[in-house]
Amino acid sequence: MDNDDILLRAEHLCKYFKSGKNELHAVDDISFYIKRGEVFGLVGESGCGKTTAGRTVIGLYEPTSGEIYLDGVLIAAGTRSHREAMKHARIQYREGLAAAKSDAERRKLKETLSGTLTENSKAIRNIERLSRQKRDTSRIQMIFQDPVASLDPRMTVREIVAEGLIIKGERDRKVIDRRVYETLELVGLLPEHAARYPHEFSGGQRQRIGIARAIIMEPELIIADEPISALDVSIQAQVINLLNDLRRRFKMAIMFIAHDLSVVKYFSDRIGVMYFGKLVETAPSDELFRNPLHPYTRSLLSAIPLPDPIYEKKRRRVIYDPRTAHDYSKDTPTLREAAEGHFVMCDLAEYERYRRIMNE
Amino acid sequence: MEPKLSVKDLCVSFRTEAGKVQAVRGVSFDVAKGETLAIVGESGSGKSVTSKAILGILAGNARVERGEIVYDGNDLLGMSERELCRLRGNKLAMVFQDPLSSLDPIVKVGKQLTEAMILKNKLSKKEAKERALKLMDEVGIPDPRRRYEQYPFEFSGGMRQRIVIAIALAADPDVLICDEPTTALDVTIQAQILELIDRLKRERQLSVIFITHDLGVVANVADRVAVMYAGKIVEIGTAEDIFYRAAHPYTWALLASMPDLDTSDALEAIPCTPPNMITPPPGDAFAPRNRYAMQIDYEMEPPMFKISDTHSAATWLLHPDAPKVSPPRAVLDRIERMRKSRGDEDG
Repeated sequence: MDNDDILLRAEHLCKYFKSGKNELHAVDDISFYIKRGEVFGLVGESGCGKTTAGRTVIGLYEPTSGEIYLDGVLIAAGTRSHREAMKHARIQYREGLAAAKSDAERRKLKETLSGTLTENSKAIRNIERLSRQKRDTSRIQMIFQDPVASLDPRMTVREIVAEGLIIKGERDRKVIDRRVYETLELVGLLPEHAARYPHEFSGGQRQRIGIARAIIMEPELIIADEPISALDVSIQAQVINLLNDLRRRFKMAIMFIAHDLSVVKYFSDRIGVMYFGKLVETAPSDELFRNPLHPYTRSLLSAIPLPDPIYEKKRRRVIYDPRTAHDYSKDTPTLREAAEGHFVMCDLAEYERYRRIMNE
Repeated sequence: MEPKLSVKDLCVSFRTEAGKVQAVRGVSFDVAKGETLAIVGESGSGKSVTSKAILGILAGNARVERGEIVYDGNDLLGMSERELCRLRGNKLAMVFQDPLSSLDPIVKVGKQLTEAMILKNKLSKKEAKERALKLMDEVGIPDPRRRYEQYPFEFSGGMRQRIVIAIALAADPDVLICDEPTTALDVTIQAQILELIDRLKRERQLSVIFITHDLGVVANVADRVAVMYAGKIVEIGTAEDIFYRAAHPYTWALLASMPDLDTSDALEAIPCTPPNMITPPPGDAFAPRNRYAMQIDYEMEPPMFKISDTHSAATWLLHPDAPKVSPPRAVLDRIERMRKSRGDEDG
């Protein structure tokens, strides 16, 4: 894998929400990358954390822990892991001190502790500085699910589409108008639509406005959170074709979050499957559908309804129950590479079984 | 077979500030006992309005212009509200799209389940509870005794939809109308709910009217399918007729616009948007979006052409004088591919 190709990389990303006394682990230690010009599909049932993952990448949420790199540059990170490392180091120091016999030993323990503390507190300071800075996120843009709620009803289409340009510092009215008209035409709208308000458009056209607002910034990555699920069947295909066309033309990468697996399969180069905050499997999309390894992925794929009545009458659904599917008492599962580019969450025993399956 | 419910030439319109919206324009279909009829179409095609008209729960500004809805020999439209009230819930029941908004958030699930039984079937509280527990068990809710005392927010989406189905079944209906019951749910939960509806249908010999826009779901549940566009049924037939031998260009377009797991070419999107139903276009309403449209489609409304005993479609393409056109390649390719992959499984 060529590292220059990687546009976005998330390492051990966690996002926890407070809910009462407990914490909700919406995104729990996921790592993934998105290459330039690639469509990365993220699927899973509702509440599995796929939307949270997308929103954390674009900076709508601050990560609890883990790092996000854009083009190799750290753009967001969480402090939790560093704070825990410091806490852990202090406990170890105290335990070591009680057991230590000589002064030399004690001195050595103290050195290790202060080393860990300085290193981590420096990292925390860096992250805090990073989050205080105003992030320039124009290289990442977002398309939202609900084309009604995501457009301000009191702004004209021109104002909505131009807003990003103006925030970026463009002041020349002529340039703004030209760019807005160009972009509207790109998404299949007409220049005269610029003076209208969102309520004058149909659902599909509103989603086109949302797409125009995203692509006018010439982003390298678009996060599309269920961009078609609120649209009518006959309009969905129009929007998918438009996104496909735009990404070929501008070589944009898209993080495509959806639950309609047929659409995800059709649209994505690689797919990640999430289950309760964890990424359980990632693979190129053909490979994932040909050789699903994780039992959850298999259960998910077996539930897809297809437009074929005879097949549907015979379809057998695979049921996934995490309590009976795995035995993780001996070994904790990690994301391992079962075949080239095909990662799956498993323990060592499962890993060996998957390797055998893949070799056959 | 004698139909359990038949709708004849139903027309429904809504009075709005902008004018009269002709939502349903002459819809006719039958549903037999133990049969599932799926109604497919995009929003605004009149599929939900049709189902609400059957139950007599249309909005205040709606008017049934003409038509008949015959249930067991009686015309529902001619009934008084009191007579209808006796049938509704008892014999005709409905499951709505959003299980969260069709349950009362501040009333315990058990009370919502037994409400109708106590009110309509005049059961005592104790008998009603026993029946409710049996129903909860029947729709696959584990630990019904504990769940009976809980509030809707303590249930997941799939479990909530099971409760809604249990409430619909409470009075032992003959006809179950499901209006997009799985649209708000995930694939795995969706599959569970579809299996549940199918099992209940078989066990209780229900007539099910299943409204959806998802063709995959239709293929799963339907015995027969009606495709609606702009307030009319444009094609009706068995599931096999519609998926393997579709004849109406709108059905083709719907089939071609959805990707399946093997699609790799550009999708054939349906251009433009559905017509304004205040002034529905003359002729075939789909003509402006139809690439097979002929001059006559813009002028005269096509009648229902009979293709086989079970299958008919309203398109001028079926007229003996019309040029022969074949369905889009994407549709034919898929049928061929599906046939092959099934052949592989059989052999």
